[in-house]
Amino acid sequence: MRESMAVAPTVSAETTRQSRDEWVDRNSGRIMVLPAVLILLAFAIFPLIISVYLSLCRFALAGGSFKLTFVGLYNFRRLLFGAQQYHFLGTLKPLDWPEWAGFGAFAILIVVWLGRYAATGLTVLGFLGRLVSASLATGLALAALATLPAGAYEGTLLTTCFYVLVGVLVQFLLGLGLALLCAQPIRGRHWFRVTFFIPLMVTPVGVAYMFRMLADMQKGPFAPVSAALGFGDMSWATQAWSARLMVLIGDTWQWTPFMFIVLLAAVENQPRDQLEAARMDGASSFQTFRDITWPAIAPIAATVVLIRLIEAFKIIDIPNVLTAGGPGLATESLTLHSFIAWRTQDLGGSAAVGYLLLFVSTITCVSFFNYAVRWTRRYQ
Amino acid sequence: VTRNSDARPLMQRLFEPRRLDTMALAPKIGTYTVLGIWTLIVLFPLYWVLVTSFKIEVQVDDGPYYLPFIDFAPTLDAWNFMLLRSNTLGPYVNSIVVSLASTLLALLIGSLAAYALVRIRFQVKLAAVLTFIVLLVGVIVAVAALDVPWPVAMTAAIVLFLLALNTYVRRFNAAVGNNDIEFWMISNRIMPPIVAVLPIYVMFQHLKLLDTQVALISTYTGVNLPIVVWLTRDFFAGIPLDLEESAEIDGASKFRVFFTIALPLVRSGLAATFMLVLILTWNEFLLALFLSNANAQTMPVLVAAQNTTRGPQWWYMSVLIVIMIAPVIVIAGFLQKHIARGLLVGAVKG
Repeated sequence: MRESMAVAPTVSAETTRQSRDEWVDRNSGRIMVLPAVLILLAFAIFPLIISVYLSLCRFALAGGSFKLTFVGLYNFRRLLFGAQQYHFLGTLKPLDWPEWAGFGAFAILIVVWLGRYAATGLTVLGFLGRLVSASLATGLALAALATLPAGAYEGTLLTTCFYVLVGVLVQFLLGLGLALLCAQPIRGRHWFRVTFFIPLMVTPVGVAYMFRMLADMQKGPFAPVSAALGFGDMSWATQAWSARLMVLIGDTWQWTPFMFIVLLAAVENQPRDQLEAARMDGASSFQTFRDITWPAIAPIAATVVLIRLIEAFKIIDIPNVLTAGGPGLATESLTLHSFIAWRTQDLGGSAAVGYLLLFVSTITCVSFFNYAVRWTRRYQ
Repeated sequence: VTRNSDARPLMQRLFEPRRLDTMALAPKIGTYTVLGIWTLIVLFPLYWVLVTSFKIEVQVDDGPYYLPFIDFAPTLDAWNFMLLRSNTLGPYVNSIVVSLASTLLALLIGSLAAYALVRIRFQVKLAAVLTFIVLLVGVIVAVAALDVPWPVAMTAAIVLFLLALNTYVRRFNAAVGNNDIEFWMISNRIMPPIVAVLPIYVMFQHLKLLDTQVALISTYTGVNLPIVVWLTRDFFAGIPLDLEESAEIDGASKFRVFFTIALPLVRSGLAATFMLVLILTWNEFLLALFLSNANAQTMPVLVAAQNTTRGPQWWYMSVLIVIMIAPVIVIAGFLQKHIARGLLVGAVKG
């Protein structure tokens, strides 16, 4: 076929098309990946590099235009040690002896963890990675302890870590519990599955307004209850921890379904014959869970927690609408902090906060992947 | 009659099931109670929003009324106002167009890349990648700090890059493989959008595309691409090779195989991915806040903007929330069967 075309002089257009097709076929892999690479370069890598530059600059409006002055690490220094420390790290007070004791215990844990890794044979890269994780954890622990004495307040970094760590843990436990209950031989499993999925579909901004409505102590649906209990005049929005708890409740309402739906799929998929054998042997339900269900679902559980960790660091909608970051800056997340800095024309500071968030979330997520996700997959 | 009689002692009958596919009475009651409570926790806020959307100001301000027709008279006032007399439909249409277009684009581009990464072996020279990064940084520094016009910087960079490809890059053998490329693509999801949004804002400002649907569609495509690659790669890895191979022996191109054989085989997974990405874009707030204003405003921004100086007007707000949830629930209903199956595949692969 091809030869007959090659000898015919009138089909030169045909042959160029054919050679073009051949070229496309030979390079099909590259052509398939190229659009994705270009889009990621344009919307992730390129902005990432520009943001580094912005975070090293001071932005000033001058006339109708703007001016960027290179200031080095000034923005980062200001957030970590300078005038903005109260906003990012918190209003810190010197540690007293109970805090020092807590820190000592924490430091011992870290050293033991590193030591155990070193004892099992180590690689330079592995040790360096653990050192990075350990220093982030130590830094966060120090900052958290320094906000414990009277008159000290948490900054946006600790607030975000609170949302992420406590939120993901609570959502995971709730999701796992519901999945285990739902995987039993009950009626209406389909109905529960569909219903429990719904909160995931509600826009986070909507969730925030919804919970503001529900938690309204004067006009909300629980107003008679709280009045009867004598809480009628109390407002959760004026206390730091009750406001944070409110944000956490909204976030948990929204994201528990995600954990639930994936964990349910995993639980339903566990090996049936092992379960039956365990029942024959008269194993208790706790033993069955520990020895059969948990090892079967652990890799999926770790993956789903990783996905949630990644997304949880980006929280902004709920604190922004529910409490506007208040009272003071008690419920402000890092993304909201960065957004507020942007709104006050402090572009360098905004980019610096964004970058610090990027560091913290990357180190946390990569650490979790290396120590937890890989560990649960060791039998596969 | 004999099936129901259980001769075991009472406590045992209460707590131990007779077979694996039945439940004893006590755990059964406990299970239904907990699941029932959680159903209430899920549904009550939604019920409250729905009822509130049929109230008028007085009925909200006077304290809680719970049951329409019984303790208050429902009206369509808020619905009337939001749908007919205020600009809700504009953002609504924007949201539909933006989320559908960007979800489909992300799905197409992401699954193409994922398929290629699963089926075709890639070897990208590490030296070429490093050169590219250095040149990219060089261009940005030259344009931003040294005021070199960007066409000049770009041309110089491209020439240098081509030169590098044909000279020293050939000497180094270290290469980046499929796993590395995949990891890079997926890891982009870790980046918080607040880090990227300022440069993206400036980029669209230069392109005169700020506050257009195009800006939102392309940004959302980029942001959600990592998720699509992450999920669909597992679906493609799970389908048997022989069908594709026989098609290729028959002379079908890789693209043909992708569209006619591979894609239909993973449609459950695609449906689940579609649903997840659609929910994420439909509800996205931060990027829309930066990139859209009056023209391209989407629903989440409109909802957030309801916080007036008099405090939020719950009855109007509720209408907005209801019309935002409704279409997603309808689509999820249609895709329900696929979502469960698709998630299972994804979940089992981890």
